Amino acid sequence: MYDMKALYEADSVRHAVELRLEHPEAQIIAGGSDVLVQMREGRRAGKELISIYMIDEMRGICIDADDNIRIGSLTSFSHITRDPIIQQYINVLGEAVDQVGSPQIRNIGTIGGNTCNGVTSADSASTLHAYEAIVELTGKNGVRRLPIKDFYIKAGTVDIRAEEGEIQTAILIPKESYANTFGHYIKYGMRNAMEIASLGCSVNVRLSEDQKTIERCRIAYGVAGPVPMRAPSAEAVANGGKISESLVDEFALAVLNDINPRNSWRASRDFRLHIAVEMAKRCLVESIKKAGGEIA
Amino acid sequence: MNIVGKREARIDGYDKAAGRTKYYEDQMPADALYVRIKHAEKAHAIVKSIDTSAAQAIPGVVRVLTCFDVPDISFPTAGHPWSMDPAHCDVADRKLLNTHVRYWGDDVAVVIADNEVAAAQGVRALTVEYEELPFVLDVQKAMEDGAPQLHEEFPNNILKHTGMRLGDYEAAVKEKGLIKVEGWYETPTVQHCHIENHGCFAYEENGRITVVTSTQIPHIIRRVVGQALGRPWSDIRIVKPYIGGGFGNKQDALYEPLCAWCSTQVGGRCVRIDCSREETFVSNRVRHAIRFHITTWLRQDGVIAARKVECFSNQGAYASHGHSIVAKAMGSFHQHYPCPNMESDCYTVYTNRPVAGAMRGYGMPQASFADESNIDDCARAVGMEPMEFRRLNIMPQGYKDDFSGNVNYNDTYRECMAKGAQIIDYERKLKEFANDSGNIRRGIGLATFWYNTAVYPIALETTSNRMQLNLDGTVTMQCGETEIGQGADTVYAQMTAQALGLKSYRDVRVISCQDTDITPTGLGAYASRQTYVAGFSIKQTAQLLKDKILQYACEATGVATTEIDIEDGNIVRKDDRQPIMSLSELAMTAQYNPVHSEHLTAESTFTIRSNAYSFGCTFAEVEVDIEMCKTKVVRIVNVHDCGSLINPALAEAQVHGGMSMAIGYGLSEQLIFDEKTGRPLNNNLLDYKLSTFMDHPKLEAYFIENPEPTSPFGTKALGEPPACSGAPAIRNAILNATGVAINRNPINPHVLFAEFSKAGLINDPWKEEK
Repeated sequence: MYDMKALYEADSVRHAVELRLEHPEAQIIAGGSDVLVQMREGRRAGKELISIYMIDEMRGICIDADDNIRIGSLTSFSHITRDPIIQQYINVLGEAVDQVGSPQIRNIGTIGGNTCNGVTSADSASTLHAYEAIVELTGKNGVRRLPIKDFYIKAGTVDIRAEEGEIQTAILIPKESYANTFGHYIKYGMRNAMEIASLGCSVNVRLSEDQKTIERCRIAYGVAGPVPMRAPSAEAVANGGKISESLVDEFALAVLNDINPRNSWRASRDFRLHIAVEMAKRCLVESIKKAGGEIA
Repeated sequence: MNIVGKREARIDGYDKAAGRTKYYEDQMPADALYVRIKHAEKAHAIVKSIDTSAAQAIPGVVRVLTCFDVPDISFPTAGHPWSMDPAHCDVADRKLLNTHVRYWGDDVAVVIADNEVAAAQGVRALTVEYEELPFVLDVQKAMEDGAPQLHEEFPNNILKHTGMRLGDYEAAVKEKGLIKVEGWYETPTVQHCHIENHGCFAYEENGRITVVTSTQIPHIIRRVVGQALGRPWSDIRIVKPYIGGGFGNKQDALYEPLCAWCSTQVGGRCVRIDCSREETFVSNRVRHAIRFHITTWLRQDGVIAARKVECFSNQGAYASHGHSIVAKAMGSFHQHYPCPNMESDCYTVYTNRPVAGAMRGYGMPQASFADESNIDDCARAVGMEPMEFRRLNIMPQGYKDDFSGNVNYNDTYRECMAKGAQIIDYERKLKEFANDSGNIRRGIGLATFWYNTAVYPIALETTSNRMQLNLDGTVTMQCGETEIGQGADTVYAQMTAQALGLKSYRDVRVISCQDTDITPTGLGAYASRQTYVAGFSIKQTAQLLKDKILQYACEATGVATTEIDIEDGNIVRKDDRQPIMSLSELAMTAQYNPVHSEHLTAESTFTIRSNAYSFGCTFAEVEVDIEMCKTKVVRIVNVHDCGSLINPALAEAQVHGGMSMAIGYGLSEQLIFDEKTGRPLNNNLLDYKLSTFMDHPKLEAYFIENPEPTSPFGTKALGEPPACSGAPAIRNAILNATGVAINRNPINPHVLFAEFSKAGLINDPWKEEK
């Protein structure tokens, strides 16, 4: 039995926006795998909820008219993993979200909820950063799109404007980002399932035609700072670099210029720095291999 | 016909798989009030006042009760048999609610409401004023002079200290040429994590209190509730339905006394207490974290000349099972590796941490980790292969322990090690892995464990049993030894059918539910006693019933009792085994005889005055990823000699569960506390790293079946032993893989990072630059 004041159920995006404007204090709930847990703990006890879970127009994956991969915000993790578009173009995202919690959580949890939570450990977040995803928000004045790095403001806070009646309706991956790329994600957990990332690392590369040079490399982390983040120094090392073991090592060490993990009882800063370097290395090696490259 | 020794399906299996089994919550009266507990948010404090006005104003709240309202009665909680010797009674050191808060999570007040939400809101609305006291979390710091005191009657927080001396340790260590292997070994606080959290409901009826509870020990709970409420014991009726596991946490009075008392405070209405997972971690019981200091003196040939063992057991805030656990741990060392000169001491010490009680293995997973780590270190110190070192020093065949009377009738340890080594291909892998030098290194290790069966002679061992011949020729059986998920009812059915000569174990109706108004007195499920102790009363009661059946059969058929027997559910002639009457015909004849009607039933009690060794070992193969600080268990094999198996399928299941627990104990599980406040940090199943299905390889269980001569069915302990040797086997495999000896568990990535950095296996150049 949950301690909720009221539950409003939206049946369309428009309806959700209206409800949001009517009940600005209300908490949005999608799959509920975070909100209900917090409610049970007493953190959101007594709140009003607006459920958007029944809005089917926000569910599903397609390639839109601009060749973006469009992922409806209510698309579940298990749906993403099994989707043919994802598997063909950004399989690493499907692999990353397949490491969330348990099968039950992956069936109920949504990518919209995963990002709107604003937590640094979200398994989708580092890959979405590494693909420079665009977040689509719909409010009373229509659609607003912004790069995912700007969507995250600080730990637990994202740029969704309640006063505009906004809800997140989709996540887009631009063609320029995903075309001809291959990626790898490593979730570092203390066990192999039912886990929150101690650190997450997502890398993707585009190789030259002869597969000897990295044309473009992107790397992003979860839990390396208060919000998911890219490692631009490391990317600069890799971009245009000739594939070699020393390039991989140099790339991995360069992440230390970018990341800033904290000390907590969950893991020490030194430990996180250590595994961040190792994970960068392994993610890059795997990405290169998937792209058909060989490491000399 | 043999019914024992067969792989039979559980008698409760279908209903459990189909979700039809009724647990305490499934029997809840619809009008039960919700009791929610206010847990202290201080590690050590005195409650000065509690403002209940806001809580009482919440619609739905029926009553608020605080630590200032409870009877001034201190009571013990351990699920131990009552002792007629006052000196052996459990320490009575807690009240229903406590004004002296001794750990973060102690119970200070309750809100009783007609719905769950109001009860939770009521708890949040309470304002507690505390006078804070300094607190102590570390077991040895708690023993220091000037440390914060938890219980006035126990100076330096020492609940108890015992020791043991064999030979002359001080003189023995002076022998020339001895090699000293010394280490401190640290084991963690872990929790049972049974699937069903503890809960119960209570109501008054005709002046008596009934408590329906998720417990392992209904008859003991009746006594404790009586003590806690200051009521005659027969005022209390405890009902134990099916439960979703216990592992020792429910071998303790948890919230039954509080629940019973709450009912009396609301006019006898039914009240319910349902622990959340967070409460289960902190405010039930945990496993004792025990710190060991072991010094072993070896001759050049590897023989142990002398050994000193000190054990410091972190009891937490209240006595619960107290010193029994570390005393058992300490008592294993001189038997496991007998040596003529030994000095052992153990201390049980109060600290401001959650209360430690019974948990599967009762001190032995801790002792095994320390002992078997030290033994592997000893083997390395003298350059011997670890299994060879064990063969040289471990308990020999024929060893007798004078205290328990236990005899190692067979060469069990060496037989188990030989079998395990052959199954996992130990010697070949040992050679092959020795050459690994890259980032991924493979290793193989083993550990043995010492165990015994039930609690004789430390405490009473008694078992009672009632059987009744039903009109259809089946037999109803009930006893006080509880089914807690381990499959006890099924092996009772097999043993009863075997002892009586029934056709199938399915012809035994085991009354699974214990009701202290009805069930013959028994002590419950603990100490791996079930199969062993119940075997005595089953065989004895079956014999009594059989005598009555044969007596009646003689009357009915005119064939002398000496000439007949029961076989396959029929009365048969002994000579040619020809059936002369089925049990059903006999039961009908007896019941409906117009001249001599008889309901054929038997009941008896047996006092067990024996114990039995139950030994075994684990072999573990690991792959260590040094840079990632991760250990993968590639293979794990347990070999047990628990005597004759009554049901090999259930025996394997017991071993699998224990191995899973051991993997978690070895690699990931630990309840941790904030040093600054004493607050538990990870009391939930996300942050507490219980090992999952994905963290296990296939769990491999094997047996050596040496029939136990003291047991009517040749059996001995198996419930707890599988949890004992897995963690040190993994530790020793990591040592074999990397050369790094890690003296604390769980060996999680944090520990590996620290240890590998210290050993120079990991080098972070940027750290040196700083």
